[in-house]
Amino acid sequence: MSTILLFEQILNGLQFGIMLFLMAAGLTLVFGVMGLINLAHGSLYMVGAFACAAVAAATGSFWLGVAASLAAAAAAGAVIEVAVIRRLYGRDHLDQVLATFALILVFSEGTRWIFGSFPLYLNVPASLSGAVILPGGVAYPTYRLAIIVVGIIVAAGLFALIGKTRIGVQIRAGEADREMIAALGIDIARLYTFVFALGAALAGLAGALVGTIQSVQVGMGEPVLILAFVVIVIGGIGSIKGALVGAILVGLTDTLGRFLLPSLFATMMSESDATSIGSALASMSIYILMALVLIFRPRGLFGATN
Amino acid sequence: MNSIKTAIAALAALVIASPLQAEPVKVGMITTLSGGGAGLGIDVRDGFMLALKQSGNNDITVVIEDDQRKPDVAVQLADKMIQSDKVDVLTGIIWSNLAMAVVPAVTQQGKFYLSPNAGPSALAGKGCHPNYFNVSWQNDAMNEAAGKYVSEQGVGKVFLMAPNYPAGKDMMNGFKRFYKGEVVEEIYTKLGQTDYAAEIAQMRSSGADMIYYFLPGGMGISFMKQYAGSGVTVPVMGPSFSLSQDVLGAIGDAAIGAKNTSHWSKDIDNEANKKFVETFQAEYGRLPSIYASQGYDTALLLVSAAAKADVKDADAFRAALKEADFASTRGKFKFGPNNHPIQDVFVREVVKEGDVVTNKIIGVAATDHTDVYAAECKM
Repeated sequence: MSTILLFEQILNGLQFGIMLFLMAAGLTLVFGVMGLINLAHGSLYMVGAFACAAVAAATGSFWLGVAASLAAAAAAGAVIEVAVIRRLYGRDHLDQVLATFALILVFSEGTRWIFGSFPLYLNVPASLSGAVILPGGVAYPTYRLAIIVVGIIVAAGLFALIGKTRIGVQIRAGEADREMIAALGIDIARLYTFVFALGAALAGLAGALVGTIQSVQVGMGEPVLILAFVVIVIGGIGSIKGALVGAILVGLTDTLGRFLLPSLFATMMSESDATSIGSALASMSIYILMALVLIFRPRGLFGATN
Repeated sequence: MNSIKTAIAALAALVIASPLQAEPVKVGMITTLSGGGAGLGIDVRDGFMLALKQSGNNDITVVIEDDQRKPDVAVQLADKMIQSDKVDVLTGIIWSNLAMAVVPAVTQQGKFYLSPNAGPSALAGKGCHPNYFNVSWQNDAMNEAAGKYVSEQGVGKVFLMAPNYPAGKDMMNGFKRFYKGEVVEEIYTKLGQTDYAAEIAQMRSSGADMIYYFLPGGMGISFMKQYAGSGVTVPVMGPSFSLSQDVLGAIGDAAIGAKNTSHWSKDIDNEANKKFVETFQAEYGRLPSIYASQGYDTALLLVSAAAKADVKDADAFRAALKEADFASTRGKFKFGPNNHPIQDVFVREVVKEGDVVTNKIIGVAATDHTDVYAAECKM
């Protein structure tokens, strides 16, 4: 195994992690600030991808598609916050799970009704297609590098927003004690709608960026949603930093596990056994990681202590 | 989740009007209508319903349910259909792991199962059953033909990739059975995986002359788009599922030039196929995929057997099915000793016709091809 291959795989893991971070950031904000379990987060991811595919097909511009994905997902997020989610803050988690699960069905069937059951066409823009040669002779897809860069910019923006701005102070305060900040005269309803729409927009952006290299189809959000939950459990609920670290850990574990485990087992047993045991174990690797983190840090890596 | 129940009910007036009626047949269709594999199930369903409609046989009623690609859901649906809907014949399953979970239980209860997709090796060999008829293919078959074709083309080193489930293993074993060159790497990915960056990186460094992959539905779309953007230029090939009509629209130009082996193609020249392709397009406004052709053939087989025998007389109905007395869209079609098809396998290439990316036959990979498991089948 060459170092070039290993380096490429680490980049792949990083890119996968960054993509998961875009999903997990919104989920953890909503969970942390509002105490809401939002299963429909994956649907917002799908809304972003479909909006991007539809607008890119209509206008011929991928970039307009990305802008549309942000707008559509944020708008969908704001609408469901005002219409449905708002009624759930005081309820227990089971009610939230039921209501947001219903939203998944509504979004999936609605999307199927509008766009049909067959995957939509959405491809990488010409300016980002192909591969670039990195120092050291690694050829790497330009588009995946672009995802890493976008992810880093979004992460930096989020940290600045939470840490340096007035709205960030309100969000952190809302996380700590929602009644107190309402008593201090902050319009909590507006703050919640804003946070929810922000989380939705990030999910929509992830959907558009990932839909471009995967398949834009109904139900694409749910598998990612499960991974995003794993990420926020590992990182600690409510923590943006935790979401970032958790996402990159999950991305690297999954990618390197898929790549290294079969070859590791091949040193001990026959090729075909190694392939099947290695692949089976690789699919479990992130859940094993989650279990390990929970044993040693039951509240996740950066979870609040109380 | 979204249980769509369609009933083509025999109109009461019609029953009274025509004295000569075949006995009613109730069909249970369990197929994937939601999630990443929905395109496959929808094509099977649409093909099946189209043939039924064209047959004019109003005594066949169909109950359709969505299995969501989950084996436990499929098993529950099968129980429900047998016990409360009282179906005589089951069909529709797309995925081999679901077929493995459902088919043995169905045939043991004396019901018939017609497979419009999925042909796991376990059900073709030791687990074969007189009431199980595979109208599509045994999993290995197309890949055996591909292995033979690739060897004849002088490809020395291949890289194999498939999802980690029964069909994935069968397909790769089938390929290796007839391939004479070297397999440099063999990877099994998670079923439903959407990111193939890690695998593509391994392809890049493997030194293979060809990538042979089996990834149906959304998995194939994701892989081909990512492969095209990766800068790796090794040619790819697969069984027809990887490059079928249901995924080509979403992959786009990135698929052009890729070869695949198939028992059916829209340009096979016979009357049944011409009628099928034309009427399918007129009815649904899209080109049919292999899955649609399989659903269509399955319904034709059912209609042909129902015209000859009463489904309640299992022996007579079984014999009528075995005759395969219908005009298949693939031209030649007959059942081997294990009730699996004996048919030709073609090589197709992805081309662009106008604005549409589609497949074209460029040769024949195997004639009257059958599977190797028939020898193990005792029935």
